Amino acid sequence: MKNKMSFLQQEGEACPSRCPDNSAFRQQRLPAWKPQFTITAVLSTFFLTGMFCLSVGVCLILSANSIREIQIDYSDKCSDCSKLRENSSNWNKECLCSVNFTLKEDILGDVFMYYGLQNFYQNHRRYAISRSDAQLLGQNVNNSYCAPFTTYQNGTPMAPCGAIANSMFNDTFDLFYNLNSSVTQVPLLKTGNSWWTDKNVKFRNPKSYNLSSAFAGTSRPPYWQKPVYLLDEEDERNNGYINDDFIIWMRVSAFATFRNLYRRVRRIRQFADGLPAGNYTFHISYNFPVTKFKARKHVILSTVVWSGGSNPFLGIAYVISGTAATLAGFVITAIHLKLRKRKTYFQK
Amino acid sequence: MVSSCISGGLHNTKVKCSLWNRNNFLPLNLFEQFQRIANAYFLFLLILQLIPQISSLAWFTTVVPLVLVLAVSGVKDAIDDFDLSCRLKDEKWMNVQVGDIIRLENNNFVTADLLLLSSSEPHSLTYIETAELDGETNLKVKQALTVTAELGEDLQKLTEFNGEVKCEAPNNKLDKFTGTLTLRGEKYALDNEKMLLRGCIIRNTEWCFGLVIYAGPDTKLMQNSGKTTFKRTSIDRLMNVLVLLIFAFLALMCLILAIGNGIWEYDKGYYFQVYLPWAEGVNSASYSGFLMFWSYVIILNTVVPISLYVSVEIIRLGNSFYIDWDRKMYYPPKDTPAQARTTTLNEELGQIKYIFSDKTGTLTQNIMCFNKCSIHGKSYGDVYDMSGQRIEINEKTEKVDFSYNQLADPKFAFYDHSLVEAVKLGDIQTHRFFRLLSLCHTVMPEEKKEGNLVYQAQSPDEGALVTAARNFGFVFRARTPETITVVEMGETKVYKLLAILDFNNVRKRMSVIVRSPEGDLTLYCKGADTILYELLHSSCDSLKEETTEHLNEFAGEGLRTLVVAYKNLDEEYFQDWIRRHHEASTALEGREDKLSELYEEIEKDLMLLGATAIEDKLQDGVPQTIETLARASIKIWVLTGDKQETAMNISYSCNLLNDDMDDVFVIEERVTYLFYFHKVVLIKHKFLYKPLILFWIFFSFRDARKKMKPESFLDSDEINIQFEKSSKKPKVLPDEQANGVYGLVITGHSLAYGLEENLELELVRTACMCKVVICCRVTPLQKAQVVELVKKYKKAVTLAIGDGANDVSMIKTAHIGVGISGQEGMQAVLSSDFSFAQFRYLQRLLLVHGRWSYIRMCKFLKYFFYKNFAFTLVHFWYGFFSGFSAQTVYDEWFITLYNLVYTSLPVLGMSLFDQDVDDRWSLLFPQLYVPGQQNLYFNKTVFVKCMFQGIYSSLILFFIPYGAMYNTVRSDGKAIADYQSFALMVQTCLLIVVSVQICLDTSYWTVVNQFFIWGSLSVYFAITFTMYSDGMYMIFTASFPFVGTARNTLSQPNVWLAIFLSITLCVLPVVGFRFLKTQLRPTPSDKVRKYLIKPEILQQHLRRLRRTSTRRSGYAFAHQHGFGALIMSGRNMRPKSPFATTGTFSPNIRKCSEKPLVGQGTRT
Repeated sequence: MKNKMSFLQQEGEACPSRCPDNSAFRQQRLPAWKPQFTITAVLSTFFLTGMFCLSVGVCLILSANSIREIQIDYSDKCSDCSKLRENSSNWNKECLCSVNFTLKEDILGDVFMYYGLQNFYQNHRRYAISRSDAQLLGQNVNNSYCAPFTTYQNGTPMAPCGAIANSMFNDTFDLFYNLNSSVTQVPLLKTGNSWWTDKNVKFRNPKSYNLSSAFAGTSRPPYWQKPVYLLDEEDERNNGYINDDFIIWMRVSAFATFRNLYRRVRRIRQFADGLPAGNYTFHISYNFPVTKFKARKHVILSTVVWSGGSNPFLGIAYVISGTAATLAGFVITAIHLKLRKRKTYFQK
Repeated sequence: MVSSCISGGLHNTKVKCSLWNRNNFLPLNLFEQFQRIANAYFLFLLILQLIPQISSLAWFTTVVPLVLVLAVSGVKDAIDDFDLSCRLKDEKWMNVQVGDIIRLENNNFVTADLLLLSSSEPHSLTYIETAELDGETNLKVKQALTVTAELGEDLQKLTEFNGEVKCEAPNNKLDKFTGTLTLRGEKYALDNEKMLLRGCIIRNTEWCFGLVIYAGPDTKLMQNSGKTTFKRTSIDRLMNVLVLLIFAFLALMCLILAIGNGIWEYDKGYYFQVYLPWAEGVNSASYSGFLMFWSYVIILNTVVPISLYVSVEIIRLGNSFYIDWDRKMYYPPKDTPAQARTTTLNEELGQIKYIFSDKTGTLTQNIMCFNKCSIHGKSYGDVYDMSGQRIEINEKTEKVDFSYNQLADPKFAFYDHSLVEAVKLGDIQTHRFFRLLSLCHTVMPEEKKEGNLVYQAQSPDEGALVTAARNFGFVFRARTPETITVVEMGETKVYKLLAILDFNNVRKRMSVIVRSPEGDLTLYCKGADTILYELLHSSCDSLKEETTEHLNEFAGEGLRTLVVAYKNLDEEYFQDWIRRHHEASTALEGREDKLSELYEEIEKDLMLLGATAIEDKLQDGVPQTIETLARASIKIWVLTGDKQETAMNISYSCNLLNDDMDDVFVIEERVTYLFYFHKVVLIKHKFLYKPLILFWIFFSFRDARKKMKPESFLDSDEINIQFEKSSKKPKVLPDEQANGVYGLVITGHSLAYGLEENLELELVRTACMCKVVICCRVTPLQKAQVVELVKKYKKAVTLAIGDGANDVSMIKTAHIGVGISGQEGMQAVLSSDFSFAQFRYLQRLLLVHGRWSYIRMCKFLKYFFYKNFAFTLVHFWYGFFSGFSAQTVYDEWFITLYNLVYTSLPVLGMSLFDQDVDDRWSLLFPQLYVPGQQNLYFNKTVFVKCMFQGIYSSLILFFIPYGAMYNTVRSDGKAIADYQSFALMVQTCLLIVVSVQICLDTSYWTVVNQFFIWGSLSVYFAITFTMYSDGMYMIFTASFPFVGTARNTLSQPNVWLAIFLSITLCVLPVVGFRFLKTQLRPTPSDKVRKYLIKPEILQQHLRRLRRTSTRRSGYAFAHQHGFGALIMSGRNMRPKSPFATTGTFSPNIRKCSEKPLVGQGTRT
């Protein structure tokens, strides 16, 4: 005990005021894990990753293949309408066009109806920022974010303002099932197609006793045929800013080619299991002019799987990556075996 | 000559200590900071962002980082400045001005160039030590003018002193001063003998008064210390080049995108105007392209993130703190920790190729120790154990007890008890040996207090010998011009001093002739063995052999040896001799020659007594350190003001030079001999002298080079080809490999010529091929010139280490200056970048701290550039898919926080904690240091690799999510390919990828690293979910438009599959390449890491160092004549030495006079 005391004292004496602390941190002796690239670690990484990627890839491809999808490009099929729309003075003339197609097999399960646009640059920066989130939240603010579609020359603000809202896709589709010359309209769901957060948080109508008074003092965007409070006259909770079609359009796409959910097939009566095989007709009200900037329009019927839509990319990429990783694993093994005998220690 | 007049008077100069004060700190500091190019660049970006047509990012993306960066730098500046002002206040002597008269006392440090006015010593002599100034350890003597000496210490007279000094303008010549003093109408010439230069220390002089001639920066010392330049590391310079390269790259990217935009707007945007009219003022596609160029500059500016510079500074600061905190560089005896005084040079420590070291006080302790001796064929000094095995002497070894001798010096340590026994037994030879040591010298004793003897020796060797004699019972007590008082074993004896046959460089010996109280006439002689052996009596032959054996042994241990001999003189012969001696010493012509003839006549047939061995104590661990540094292929140059003999001796004893070397070349101006022979010719044609010397030195260098590398003279040699090609000299010389291990010794004069324009190239080529270069008798300025020379011609990092004021210039010149702290003077430390107390800490500073700093910095830069390339280039690819509209891929908040929050801490953690191998291994394998010298871990090639890795990652990071999201939907049919989801997905991918990358780069996982990496990822998710939450959206609607994206997107399996695939594709190739690289081309640290840490390997490498030198090294006599003449003339004797005649110890009778305060001066 005494020895220990004196030892401690000596320590204290040896280190007066300016002696640095003997802490692991200050002496850079913090305990640490020092991993190394060992052959086992590297090879197992490669082979395990390879195997994992291959299996995921195969799963993805298999499930993607189970998707049924009908995609119809109606830009050419409705050329009369598109010509009509090229002249902007015809904006209030209605133009209808129908497209027929045949389902050889039943499409089982939930069927989603999309409209697709190609070469429509929703991701252009000035386009994508031309909106007023505050306005869409029902707040009455004077916004400059919406340029160049903020107000009319007489000072009336646009509601909703901005380039995105102004260019809202306004073709309408009706789907008819032709069975033995009897034509049945396929029941479609127009709500529940947008993100819950968008519908309930991001978009709100201005508060007022009714919707049209809420938008009093504002005017519809120039390209719109009807004001925002008439978007869905049937459903109060799908009208104004919280209209699903509007919300979906306002969620701008990341790329110039995209598809937006338009309707879901309501699974009742003969459509309870999906769409039965047979002949169908799309009745399209062609309002959205795209030919000027060489865009194309599609209407799509599709099912989905756990991995989403009918995009094969991930599956293929996984298979390729998995194969590459496994091959690389073999190459590394070969190199390692060849080098194993060579001494890599320090020669002193 | 420009002359400045000094006639007293007050100057009022205020030293501006601090760059700023509390009130103006903010504006001034901001102004300072915006002068930094990087910050100015970000200000420019900010201004760009304010232009609405260009602004492509929200204002906060630039402002938040800028403010943070400015704040951090500002705080650092404030701390630095605070330190600076504190340091300046510490310095005394700030107020000394030209014309002041200053009183100095014994052991005071002279801090201005003074004209010596008067002193306490007879004839106003003043002794000074100039070790600080030129590294010489001998005392020098200065003498005042008689006319000023009269002033004495009479303050009244001194106050009235009214003279005028005319002198040359301040210059850097340490050995020259010319001026005149006009006093009461009379003119007196002034020269260097009357000057006390700043940097000297007053010794053996109670007080003296001096008139300040040059003060502050005008002093010769400061004139010698060179300019203070702002030091930057090579990585700094490389970084600047890289930043410029990146700017060029940035401009190129922006140009491509701008052209793309022009085409897109022309081809598509023009028609898309239905839905998106062109911006106000834009009327053509090309103008839109022009604006887009600047928009993209803003978006892509993150390739050079502002946080780069701040992070670099933080890392350096952190690594500097480690140096301050290192207990293994703390020196307990002086309570001195190592100190990183500059916090911006750390990584350079890992790249040192050349070390320039001072000798005195750096390699050596400047302490001489009487270590061993051989008396009459018997060697003393070693300690043996019971079995007769020699024991290593350490602190625990029992010291000889000298308590029987009241006059013994308590600091003296000796371990061999047999010598004391011999003395106590009264062995005649032993007594004679010590009697000789107590008589034959020119030491001055000082006994201020009874029994408290202090010796003032001209050279420390002499002091050591006399001290040894004193402790063994032969106490040299006092001297007068005619007598020497020695207390022999307690009995006071007064010897009559009849003659001092003083030392000089040719004689290499000194003798005294004394008459003992008994009346015996004896000549005692000590000198270099080679000389003295020739003068011995033939009867000593057998003793000579034994002594030679001992001498070899001593020399082998690196001790300085001296042979001592005596001779009893015949009375008659001596009387005759002394008469002739008197005649000769008064002769007007050829006095020197006559005297030396006489000396030679009497100094023969000497009886050998034995030999002494003195250790010029090296600092602890110097040889080991030098060996370690050499194994790290660092070249060591010793630059000393000391003599060639001493310098070489020390070089041998600290293993710089050794017998294993193929050759040691000595370049000296042999032309002096040449000059001697051709005296007649050369005196007539003086202009021939210099070309002749130049010629000689040139060929000495060429000869050396020819031996080291004969092929360097071939026409095919790389450097020679360079010469041939360009008329201009090549700027940088490549390293040349010699065919063996060589050393080079250059003396001061040859160096002076070697440094001249036409020889310097030859000097560099030759010297840099040698492993070790020793330059002796070098002035401080030359030291700097040598360093400058190497810096100029070699692409290498240099380090200068020294302790004294004479090293300041080279410390300032070298890339890194290291000061040895804890010594008397602080000059070297004050101008150094790093300081510590012992030379041996240098290996830890370089091999451990330097190496780690370098590796950390390189890893940091590699990672930093990588992560920002990967981050930024995604925007570039996205440009091709978004109409080149300067659309960002990520959320603006992510852009703001990416460098500051999400990725800053993990990389900082790595750069502060990473260790590829631990400190023991880096010291054990100095080879690990070599990659740093060769700049292998971060250079342009490495940077380009990082860039490509970044480009590759950005491609993966963009195209995998793009492919995965293209035209697809969620598993519930709703949107997933929208812009916000895509942004979130890419940024999540990116963040995970760069985090995994830092995991791969980290080789030392401390808790902190884990915490930082996991913490950063968690913070990312936490912040993301918070920012995309309903609440934030309700409060700041415009700022957080991404509401709900995180919840909707990150719940999707295909999003995570895409993220996983991106990570795999980014990281797996890196893992593969790294592994194959360690297999195919392992770096030194890979090799070391392969070792299992086994104690036996450690043992195996800790082989002991053995000195193999058999070189005989001589005694450090002064370069000039000794004090013999002064002693014999009695000029330096006090009228009365208080204890000279008392043999018994008496009570203290001398009153201690009150001393005025140091530095109290009176103005003339």
